[in-house]
Amino acid sequence: MLRADLGVKVTTALLESLRERVKRRDITDSSALVQALRADMTARLAGARRGLDFDPARGTPNIWMMVGVNGAGKTTSLAKIAAQQIALGRSVMMAAGDTFRAAAGEQLETWATRTGASIVRGAEGADPSSVVFDGVQSAASRGMDLVLADTAGRLQTNTNLMDELRKVRRVAEKAAGVVTEVLLVIDATTGQNGLVQARQFAEATQVTGVVLTKLDGSAKGGIVFAIETELGIPVKLVGLGETVDDLAPFDPQQFVDALFDE
Amino acid sequence: MFESLSDRLGAVVGKLRNRGRLSEADVDEILGEIRTALLEADVNVTVVRNVLARIREKSVGEAISKALDPAQQVVKTVHAELIALLGGETLKITYASQPPTVVLMAGLQGSGKTTSAAKLAAWFKKQGRQPMLVGADLQRPAAVEQLKVLGAQIGVPVFSAPGDPVETARLGLEEARRVGRNVLIVDTAGRLAIDEEMMQQVRQISDAVQPRYTFLVVDAMTGQDAVTVAEAFNTTLAIDGVILSKLDGDARGGAALSVKEVIGKPIAFAATGEKIDAFEQFHPDRMAGRILGMGDMLTLIEQAEQVFEKDEAEKAAKKLATGKFTLDDFLEQLQQLKKMGPLQNVLGMLPGVGAQLKDAEVSDDQVRRTEAIIRSMTLEEREDPSIINGSRRTRIAKGSGTQVQDVNRLVKQFAEMQKMMKRFGGRLPSR
Repeated sequence: MLRADLGVKVTTALLESLRERVKRRDITDSSALVQALRADMTARLAGARRGLDFDPARGTPNIWMMVGVNGAGKTTSLAKIAAQQIALGRSVMMAAGDTFRAAAGEQLETWATRTGASIVRGAEGADPSSVVFDGVQSAASRGMDLVLADTAGRLQTNTNLMDELRKVRRVAEKAAGVVTEVLLVIDATTGQNGLVQARQFAEATQVTGVVLTKLDGSAKGGIVFAIETELGIPVKLVGLGETVDDLAPFDPQQFVDALFDE
Repeated sequence: MFESLSDRLGAVVGKLRNRGRLSEADVDEILGEIRTALLEADVNVTVVRNVLARIREKSVGEAISKALDPAQQVVKTVHAELIALLGGETLKITYASQPPTVVLMAGLQGSGKTTSAAKLAAWFKKQGRQPMLVGADLQRPAAVEQLKVLGAQIGVPVFSAPGDPVETARLGLEEARRVGRNVLIVDTAGRLAIDEEMMQQVRQISDAVQPRYTFLVVDAMTGQDAVTVAEAFNTTLAIDGVILSKLDGDARGGAALSVKEVIGKPIAFAATGEKIDAFEQFHPDRMAGRILGMGDMLTLIEQAEQVFEKDEAEKAAKKLATGKFTLDDFLEQLQQLKKMGPLQNVLGMLPGVGAQLKDAEVSDDQVRRTEAIIRSMTLEEREDPSIINGSRRTRIAKGSGTQVQDVNRLVKQFAEMQKMMKRFGGRLPSR
């Protein structure tokens, strides 16, 4: 369990719970132990709302923001989400809110072309809030359904950048529409710092869900268990590769089973 | 960030008796807390086991230092062991007799290869070399553009060609020779360690350019999986060094230790931010403290050992235990304490006891005032504060530039302290 990045605290709590049940003679068979543990973990992940919140009644366009640390997979995930939403028949506008990273705008532009989404970019070094604002305004004037706002990767320890992100969140819905999703992108290889990330980003932007990326690798992404159970932030999507189709809804059962696979 | 291990160790120390040697039980209890700390720092489970087993061997039976308490002593051993594990020989960059010196960048997606490639190029430039960058990541949209923008920022040429990354790398090498660049840094696409096809590809790139240095770029916030990744890349490529990225975050960075244990090669560079100049040689001692999560305590241990003479500390401890500790002795302790720096910091570093005192409003001014008051006392008064009557108090106050209330407070508090110390007896950590 530790090897899967569940963390000492979570592991200890789960095993303690198991120990109690053994003491109470709830479990008497050693082969039933792992089964009981898996069931317990799956149960703790049950009941979360995992659908992406698209609700035109609340405002048009709906705005979904991608946030997270550097290299987590925000831009690629945004592209995958765009493709899915377009396949559902919705009109999608991408807002290139990463105005810091060299060629970030070009990267997103490539995805816009590939997926058929519209895109609004700003000059490099432009204020990200205004780029997102412009994107929403443009989408609204064209009666579009959804704005997907990319943001620059940032470490939660950088106060200035976190303040900048707060502003992006605030300003996003000032043009029109409403922010209905703030998706925190977390790399499955992330260790215990993932929980700190989640806490800080949630405080700054009211994160509504997690996208767990690079789950096609050898890492298990166990840190999201703590993110869900301690912070109540549901994992909504998992990234399983670099192509635009490599996105799937989060399945708690599959996730728990994978933790116990070799 | 420094609270948890320090406080937990404080609790452990509180239960220990003042012994001459570290018993197995003592060491086990302390190592238990350190194990938790290392795991929380993302050090791989197996690596933790190995490291602690070695330390256990070293620690059991060791004489308890007079300056340190048992927990501090074990921590010191752990810290030293971590530094040794993380350090060892530093990577000294040497150059190929036939230029260019080729450097290959490898790692997982998002680890920081492209940014690090540019930083490395800037670093080589500072060393007086003429580097060139090759954009062989043809996978990620605009990866080559990114490298080109960075190259332009630092005045380093960037070569790329569409098609096949292996061919691109090879052409880049040719180009470097053609234009006379003497360092070639090849950026590659991020890839999963378990992606056989992609691992084969990077092997082919390596074969094509024959790098003198292959660097594995590792994100400092990587968790347990760092071991798997390091093993796979090392098997495929024979890594020469590691570049640890995103150290400006607050991840404890245990992955550094795991990777080092697996690969056995130096951590060459530390990348500490998104700007090009956020790149420096790696410092094992700083990293060791960060992984343990208790940099402050380590500073305290160092200072405590320097400042407190072993005999003095033992004498003082004995006196405290038997209630024979006088104001004179206290004055001496205050002098020692002053040598360790601002009081607020020192108190903050103390495990256990420090946790309560941290909240108390203790300041250096108070220490100075206390000192002044004691100095204004006669030797007799210091030996036996009970003789300090009204007129003496007034004299002392005048002499020290304080108020009579201050003198009263000191005498009262000292008496209480003596009572308390006597009660604790031998259960105080020797200091």
